[in-house]
Formats: sequence, structure tokens, C-alpha cells
Amino acid sequence: MRWIWIDKFVEFHSGRRAVALKNVTLAEEHLHDHFPGFPVMPETLMIEAMAQTAGILVGEAKKFQEKVILAKIKKAVFFDYARPGDTIELDATIESIVSEAASTKGKITCAGKLVAEIDLMFSHIDQNLGGKEFPAENFVFGSNTSVFDSLLRDVLAGTKQESEAN
Amino acid sequence: MAMSRDEILQHVQEVLLDALGVDDNEVTIEATLMGDLGAESIDFLDIVFRLEKAFAIKVPREELFPAESLMNNPEFVKNGKFTETGLTELREKVPHTDLSAFEKDPDINKLGDLFTVAAIVNYVESKLNAT
Repeated sequence: MRWIWIDKFVEFHSGRRAVALKNVTLAEEHLHDHFPGFPVMPETLMIEAMAQTAGILVGEAKKFQEKVILAKIKKAVFFDYARPGDTIELDATIESIVSEAASTKGKITCAGKLVAEIDLMFSHIDQNLGGKEFPAENFVFGSNTSVFDSLLRDVLAGTKQESEAN
Repeated sequence: MAMSRDEILQHVQEVLLDALGVDDNEVTIEATLMGDLGAESIDFLDIVFRLEKAFAIKVPREELFPAESLMNNPEFVKNGKFTETGLTELREKVPHTDLSAFEKDPDINKLGDLFTVAAIVNYVESKLNAT
């Protein structure tokens, strides 16, 4: 099973930009300790949410044929807290993409207010590390998995409506 | 776009500061990217992307950092050292790099020392002059 840390995509422009939402809830146990009496989403997990948003965008750009791993956090600056009950919006853009790697720029906002700026680099590991082989099962996120469809449900529904209208 | 060598160096230093998170006094012209500045393989790509943006040029990765493709060729590398053929090929591929010290002991482990700030400045300069 793969751990999914975003709730859904609201925009998905293949190879260019994706916007995802994540709802922060007090049902997430770590918030009880982070911090007692003052629950805020850990910044590391904001980076994870951006890594998933941008990583899926990068993976889809090559039709999920590459094994995409987070290789570098170029920038992570935080301006505000995300608290239980908040919906954070993760907006990721591909800056550069080549056969071995990709770099992305990202912004997290909450109700229009800037929460963080997170720029990342991803490696297509099969194209690197001198031909070393990696097991496929670590990278279960294929284009035909139901998880991807479920994350994209709103985007897919929108496209369907559009095409029906035309 | 005419840019002096000093201006190019300044932009290259900014790129390296951002990409490697080093202090500006560390990015001297003779600093090596891996040895002195701690660059790892993914950083080279980051640097390539940033150079493209900073100078509005296209940087094919094998042009600026061509070593990997040479190292896997047995004709060019034997027993961990570059052969004469290999050195000739390297000279052709990296005209922007000073090979005089490396030629005396062409150990592949020392290849990293060839990637210096000066080599990047030379490369960008030749690229800008070509356009």
C-alpha cells in the first residue's frame, strides 16, 4: 500500500502544473503531540504533501514510465501555520524536465494566504546511478491505478462535463 | 548579450550559492564543485537548470559534465586511469576545463577535481560568445 498524503487534485495540466488539496484534521494523531494544546501541521509533512503533488505531476508527464523519487529540497520557506480544520492548497509547477530529472516550484496557501514556498528536484532513478536496477514494486503508482483516478476525480469529472457540453 | 567575465563569474557564484547552500567566500574561481563545495550528482542537474535560467542558454548536460559517458568506455579508461585515447577524447569534450594537472595522473577518482568554478565560467563564456 502506498501512503497518500493529499486528498485530491483540483487542477491537473499534464507536464505543466497541478493543484491539490489536503484537509488538516485533528484526527491525525501526530497533531496531538505537535504540539500539546497547539496543534499545527508539521512542516516536514507540508514538504511531503508538496512532494506528492509535484511528484505525481512529474510522473504523469512521462506517463508513469519513470521511477520518480524526491532527490533534493531546493527551498522550503514557511510563512504561516496550517491547523486542524484548514484546507491547504498545494500548487506545483514544473520548471524544467529532462530525461534524468525534473525541478518544480511550489506554493502552499490556505484560504488565499501564503503558507509555504517549496521548490523540489526529482530524479528518474532508472536514468541515473549507472544502470543500477530498482524493484518495480516500490513504485506502484501507475497511470491505471485506481488511486490516481480517485485523486483526479474532480478533474476527470470536469473534463467529462466539458466534453459533454461541446 | 555582452557580458564581461566578472559579470559571468558573479552570476555563476549566485547560482552555486543557491544550488549548494554554501557561503559566498567559499565560491572562489578555483574551488572544485565536489571536493570544496560538496556537490552531489543531483546538484549537477540543479546547477545545469539554474545556469540555463540565469543566462538564458541551453546546457546539454553531457557538454558541461561529460565525464560519466566517457568513464564507461573501456577504450578510454583502463585500470581506473584514462588512456591516451581517453584523454584525447576528454580534451575535445571539455575545452572549457584546464586538464594540465589531471594529465599527469589521470586517475578517474580525481575526475571530480576537474569540475571547478572556473570551468563553469569558461563554459558559459564560450556559450554566450557563440550566440
